Amino acid sequence: MNFSFLTDHWQMFAHGAWVTLKLSFFGVILGTLLGIFLALLRLSGVWVAKAVSSAYVEIIRGTPLFVQILLIYYGLTEFGINMSAFMAGVVALTVNSSAYMAEVFRGGIEAIDKGQTEAARSLGMPRGMTMYHIVLPQAFRNMLPAIGNEFIIIIKDSSLVSTVGIAELLYNARTIQGSLFLTFEPLLVVSACYFIMTFTLSKLLGALERKLRTR
Amino acid sequence: MIKVRELRKSYGKHEVLKGIDCTIHQGEVVVVIGPSGSGKSTFLRCLNRLEEPSSGEIMFEGRPVVEKQSELNSIRQKMGMVFQHFNLFPHMNVMENLTLAPRKLKKLSRASSEELAIGLLKAVGLEDKKHAYPNSLSGGQKQRIAIARSLAMEPDVILFDEPTSALDPEMVGEVLDVMKGLARRGMTMVIVTHEMGFAREVGDRLLFMDGGKIVEEGKPRDIFEKPGHPRTKEFLSKVL
Repeated sequence: MNFSFLTDHWQMFAHGAWVTLKLSFFGVILGTLLGIFLALLRLSGVWVAKAVSSAYVEIIRGTPLFVQILLIYYGLTEFGINMSAFMAGVVALTVNSSAYMAEVFRGGIEAIDKGQTEAARSLGMPRGMTMYHIVLPQAFRNMLPAIGNEFIIIIKDSSLVSTVGIAELLYNARTIQGSLFLTFEPLLVVSACYFIMTFTLSKLLGALERKLRTR
Repeated sequence: MIKVRELRKSYGKHEVLKGIDCTIHQGEVVVVIGPSGSGKSTFLRCLNRLEEPSSGEIMFEGRPVVEKQSELNSIRQKMGMVFQHFNLFPHMNVMENLTLAPRKLKKLSRASSEELAIGLLKAVGLEDKKHAYPNSLSGGQKQRIAIARSLAMEPDVILFDEPTSALDPEMVGEVLDVMKGLARRGMTMVIVTHEMGFAREVGDRLLFMDGGKIVEEGKPRDIFEKPGHPRTKEFLSKVL
């Protein structure tokens, strides 16, 4: 095995990793927010909102992320929507992860004892305030492992957006592969990069979980 | 203070409340007893609309307790509730449990809400627990905190839904003592309970419910000594 290409090309990996992190960061944040919103729609008790939310979740979960990326980047140009590749990547990751997040949040919210809501409402707290101060903080604690799982999936799945020409980790590795005729080593380096990111995240979330549980 | 007229509640085909009429006056302690499934808790939970009545009218301080959320929230601020399973907020310590609602709903400052909370904790004898989390408290302590939490909104009436039913026997007394103290200070209370001794000692008026109706009502002493209705007699002979 020959890793000598790293001396000249390490910046490409570093830059790719940075793009991957940016993609994942926006995907995670926006996907989580949209996911909470979808979960609240689902639990709203309003017929239309429930229908829209569950249809969204079913359709997005039931189609491949790869296809969604292609649809959003190439497909939407049919309707005059031209996004940069990076933007399309963020949108695709957000749309995709929000569907999974919605289910995580719905399950987490439903698992909180009804008595908690009743106690808050009986004090005169409105619905939104009850959700924000009482239900979500408790649900969040229980959901943390599932949320962490989803974050890790987003980081790994972001490699799929290399297909629309975003110079993230995998894309850059393949560039190096092609120019240096190295089949194996660049992919190993990429794997290591992904692993470092996901493992660090996993440890950080584990620490957060322990911190919340000490109460 | 609370006026209930022709209150009915059904779950599907099953009618749980079959027309309740009753009036609760300022400063009165009304105790509701009856066999399980008689609709006592449902009745209580309809008063602050945690349970949606199927029909009938509930007036609180001259205002209808209606579905409209903003109205309902302001009514609930004046109508405290204490639950069988305490329902303290486990992610907050005792102080936060007590001060959250006054701070958010009445816009009290942190300092004045904490001052209020300390006073209430003293009243229920748990001032030293202000930084404790609910999970570290005994059942009796939890319920006393729950009572203090409801008092923190300075309600005009407190509804008690079987407040001692989930407690170990040795902790029932401490909770009942706090409730007696409230009664002495003139708090209006509606109490669903199985504690007959307490009902007799503290209640100004007793409602006996059976099969979704108020079968008999009157002074606790009178009903305990001379129940008028055969169902009341039968029930009391089983529980006394």
